[in-house]
Amino acid sequence: MKIAVCLKQVPARDTQPRVNESKTWLREQDATFELNEPDAYALEEGFQLRERHGGEVVVCSAGPARVAQALREALARGADRAIHVEDDSLASADAFAVADALAAAIEGERFDLVLTGLQSDDQGFAQTGVVLAERLGIPHATIIMEVAVQGDRVRVKRELEGGWFQWVEMPLPALLTIQSGINQLRYATLKGIIAAKKKEIRKVTPAAVASRQRIVRLRAPEKTKQTQIIPGPAADAAKELVRRLRDEARAIE
Amino acid sequence: MILAVAEQREGTLNRASWEAVAAAQQLAARTGLGPVRIAIAGGEVGGSAASLAEADAAEVVALEAPALGAYTADGFTAALAGLLATDPPAFAVFAHTYQVRDFVPKLAARLGWPLVTDVVGYGEPFEGRPAFTRHVFQGKLAADVVAESDGPCLVTVQAGAFQADLVARGASPAPVRRVEAAVEPSAIRQKPEPPFQEAKQAVDLSQAARIVAVGRGIKEQSKLALVEELARALGAEIAASRPICDAGWLPLERQVGSSGQTVSPKLYLALGISGAIQHAVGMKGSRTIVAINKDPEAPIFELADYGIVGDLFEVVPELVKALGKSA
Ligand SMILES: Cc1cc2nc3c(=O)[nH]c(=O)nc-3n(C[C@H](O)[C@H](O)[C@H](O)COP(=O)(O)OP(=O)(O)OC[C@H]3O[C@@H](n4cnc5c(N)ncnc54)[C@H](O)[C@@H]3O)c2cc1C
Ligand SMILES: Nc1ncnc2c1ncn2[C@@H]1O[C@H](COP(=O)(O)O)[C@@H](O)[C@H]1O
Repeated sequence: MKIAVCLKQVPARDTQPRVNESKTWLREQDATFELNEPDAYALEEGFQLRERHGGEVVVCSAGPARVAQALREALARGADRAIHVEDDSLASADAFAVADALAAAIEGERFDLVLTGLQSDDQGFAQTGVVLAERLGIPHATIIMEVAVQGDRVRVKRELEGGWFQWVEMPLPALLTIQSGINQLRYATLKGIIAAKKKEIRKVTPAAVASRQRIVRLRAPEKTKQTQIIPGPAADAAKELVRRLRDEARAIE
Repeated sequence: MILAVAEQREGTLNRASWEAVAAAQQLAARTGLGPVRIAIAGGEVGGSAASLAEADAAEVVALEAPALGAYTADGFTAALAGLLATDPPAFAVFAHTYQVRDFVPKLAARLGWPLVTDVVGYGEPFEGRPAFTRHVFQGKLAADVVAESDGPCLVTVQAGAFQADLVARGASPAPVRRVEAAVEPSAIRQKPEPPFQEAKQAVDLSQAARIVAVGRGIKEQSKLALVEELARALGAEIAASRPICDAGWLPLERQVGSSGQTVSPKLYLALGISGAIQHAVGMKGSRTIVAINKDPEAPIFELADYGIVGDLFEVVPELVKALGKSA
């Protein structure tokens, strides 16, 4: 089975992004980047399918030069090879531009299965996988918690809201957007890191990158609620919180 | 014209539909691009269409075909693409539900129209174009976004961002127009099975009076003991954000949020939880919310009644002590 996994590199979760001069994106030079979390689950799912059905796992990412780092990491975890669609404007492009760039780069390879994460931690469009499926002309399903390949079809468990699920079956090739928690992640081993050095990263230059929407102002979210912040050293704050929960909020006895 | 697209399952309107209608009415008022129409798609949606007709709208379109009886991405994309292409709205507004996430990006791609997702409000217009506010970088920043073209644009709105009870009601019911959806059953590639729930959960957090919820700020599974101690001191149940359950540190049945349980205890104490929307929808109905987080900018403080900005590993042991003394 030929499996493609689309990976996005995003600013690290535990950092506060600093806004650039034009207030349209973050200051990239200040940011540290990591693999988008749901994409790690998509990658692991690719590995598990390869273990069961054979074949290869090819990782694809669209973005500036820094993205090669995320691809290296995926190769170290066990991906067979990588495709890097490289262009600086892809760093802040919309889902259409990214899906177009990815589609052009992978179309010719005729993958049986294309996996993406369900959402990116930076832009959070929740669109790229579904748009990519339409561009590739293949069926898709989103927010997937289980994947069973049966011959030339795939049966998947979709998460619905409020604890409901649903099985959906469709023909291959297909695209699935993977939900976090579908599997247990495994990380790169030293052997994997050494092996990755010899693996191929194919570079592709995209045709014109055209987004259909753009950020015109980036700012701190508005505050509407008056939260009572309890100041002071931990011990004092804790005592005061207990007092207010008991006397004001009557939330504890 | 601005179109609100509602959602139903087996004849029951999704509550978020009203939020989409409210968002469409507010957009019409701001832009003057009305009137508002409402569309609803499915196998047989007469009942839902009749409820929607109570809203102040020029018309309700009941988009029906037998092939839409069970939801599929291919079926709904084809049906709505037909409707939207025949009479393009300036904006079509959907609620950002899991179903909408599943097919609307495909619809936008097919129509070639921009799609702005998970909108929380409207910003000041930019160069004459309506601006949509959405949260980026995990809610750490808000972005005003505009479409790059003046043509039709699709928009999805975040759960709870627009209030359903702000829907303007009409003086008389809006006319309902039945439209036969152009869906070729053989073109639907997904074969859906009926929705189901996992086996009954052993823990019913919805009944808990007090909940101590823990997030990724706890860092390691072994540190959960600290949280358990606090829960004991408070007489509270333990709950968690999704990453804690994903990692297998706590069972899935203790997950709070859009894909977990919805809770409304007297006290909800969030430890090292950032307050992402998917978590917030499961707990914002709690009577008193307390957040302990080392990041003063964390979105959870927008929900909290009381907050301590600090390291949970310092604050929690002090809380346990203070509770011990007060008892
Ligand atoms: C379709 C979909 C469905 C989802 N469903 C759910 C759901 O049902 N429930 C859910 O919870 N999530 C859900 N999510 C995930 C959600 O978007 C967030 O990723 C998740 O809630 C984040 O969990 P967290 O707050 O624990 O982690 P993070 O966002 O990583 O936040 C950790 C927080 O801990 C703080 N912190 C770190 N160290 C300390 C310390 N020492 N002391 C104090 N504070 C500290 C940090 O400042 C940070 O704010 C869903 C996502 C999607 C896309
Ligand atoms: N630039 C990119 N390169 C590769 N994959 C991407 C890129 N952007 C988004 N994706 C994939 O699409 C998913 C959804 O992203 P988004 O539509 O931005 O929420 C991510 O989890 C990735 O798997």
